[in-house]
Amino acid sequence: MTRISEEQVRHVAHLARLAITDEEVHTFTEQLDAIITFAEQLNELDTSNVQPTSHVLNMKNVLRKDESAPGLDREEVLKNAPDQQDGQIRVPSIIE
Amino acid sequence: MSLFDHKLTEIQSMIDKKEVSIPDLVDESFKRIAAVDGDVKAFLALDEERARKQAEEAQGAGKTGILSGIPIGIKDNIVTKGLRTTAASQILHNFDPIYDATVVNKLREAGTITVGKLNMDEFAMGSSTENSSFQKTRNPWNLAHVPGGSSGGSAAAVAAGEVPFSLGSDTGGSIRQPASFCGVVGMKPTYGRVSRFGLIAFASSLDQIGPITRNVEDNAHLLEALAGVDPYDSTSANVPAESFAAGLTGDIKGLRIAVPKEYLGEGVSEEVRQSVLAALKVLEGLGATWEEVSLPHSKYGVATYYLLASSEASSNLARFDGIRYGYRAEGAENLIDLYKKTRAEGFGDEVKRRIMLGTFALSSGYYDAYYKKAQQVRTLIKKDFEDVFASYDVIIGPTTPTPAFKIGEIIDDPLTMYANDILTIPVNLAGVPGISVPCGFAENGLPLGLQIIGRHFDEKNVYRVAHAYEQATDFHKEKPKL
Repeated sequence: MTRISEEQVRHVAHLARLAITDEEVHTFTEQLDAIITFAEQLNELDTSNVQPTSHVLNMKNVLRKDESAPGLDREEVLKNAPDQQDGQIRVPSIIE
Repeated sequence: MSLFDHKLTEIQSMIDKKEVSIPDLVDESFKRIAAVDGDVKAFLALDEERARKQAEEAQGAGKTGILSGIPIGIKDNIVTKGLRTTAASQILHNFDPIYDATVVNKLREAGTITVGKLNMDEFAMGSSTENSSFQKTRNPWNLAHVPGGSSGGSAAAVAAGEVPFSLGSDTGGSIRQPASFCGVVGMKPTYGRVSRFGLIAFASSLDQIGPITRNVEDNAHLLEALAGVDPYDSTSANVPAESFAAGLTGDIKGLRIAVPKEYLGEGVSEEVRQSVLAALKVLEGLGATWEEVSLPHSKYGVATYYLLASSEASSNLARFDGIRYGYRAEGAENLIDLYKKTRAEGFGDEVKRRIMLGTFALSSGYYDAYYKKAQQVRTLIKKDFEDVFASYDVIIGPTTPTPAFKIGEIIDDPLTMYANDILTIPVNLAGVPGISVPCGFAENGLPLGLQIIGRHFDEKNVYRVAHAYEQATDFHKEKPKL
């Protein structure tokens, strides 16, 4: 049984905003199927009463005082933008 | 003999006695880079003009501390203001950071001089540095072999004598494995010990920055400068930086060592096994005792890691979209098309594979089966370590199952490549500190590494053991012939 189909790989690539060729769909389906099959060894373990770990240190609600501080300089920030106009970053049209 | 064969305290005393100047040190670094980096290919960018200027200024100002005036190389996923930072990815090929990472600010305060940026697997995803978009770094001990990864440039540059030390980052073994492959000392600190602000994020719950050096004492000095809580990283821990170097007494009498049977079992080569058993004999001779223990969930580490790290990466790497910085594809028809083309052209195959695996594991209908399941197994792996550390001071095993493999040997086989990190990954999942120190050579002349793992925030003890072992052996004195 395959764990992931070519159709699913196309869907996942769309969710991940990756353009993908037919040839890549084929290769990635094979490789992801092998990796997911490998990952399913975790099903050997009964984890029904195990809490998930998202963070290893015992810290929560890290707060700071709500004080304003200078942000980054706009000229500087725009330095790396591929396309810009009048102090703003320009993108292709969003609405047809 | 190179200036960088001396440890930091010796270099500083040479500066004091005016036997050597800070410009001499920086010059030594650039001369060595000019001589060997054509073969080793560790550096992606050099900052020669600024480094030489800083060296002159530092010489004039007089020295301030142990790191003052010492050249350093920095892994290219740590942002450096005014010095191109690419994470070895095409998608950041033209990225000039507008601020410094917290560790870079700390290094500046300590007085080190950055000579350049070091090659790595793209976005730190890989175990061989072959996934760099720009060049393949080679192992200084044998140029046909990989230096390990993902901090392959950082380990190779130190091994080749191009810099006395460097910074790497470790998500599943990316400091320790290349340190082992290149015969140098690499420390992955406790999660939260060092600020991640300015480290281009791969898997935020696992990533840590750490030092790669030629000896344990220098490593302890460097970590001391890097450690500490940072208001810009809310996962950095409010644990005061200790004087790690002050704990290097050479005395480990009464130390209780745990040796997990899983770390000397199937998949670990015989010569690696023998080198670890020999190291345990050395430690016994110094008054330590060791017993075999079990970390029963070790074998699930790799699967757990690839699900969690890829899931976190799929989220973290969403920011690379061609809008605010980096590469932007030409000829896109609309915004979604622009994202897709930019990312397809800007990311390499391993990065795409992991983004897709992570997106799949987090997607509706699969989240519980893959992502949450892996988080639960992570709890079990973490508990394995807690159980052992209830009765033992450190855990010892090999860093890697084999010495460095050949360039091209396993690059087309992702699962075999992933298995290389089987002994380092559990340490990241548990968040504990681990170091790799040289512990011998394979029959083919490539270095082997001993991994010493400690409790959360017990780097001082890890360094003490690593240093005692190092001082009782001569492996760290061997240098590659380049």
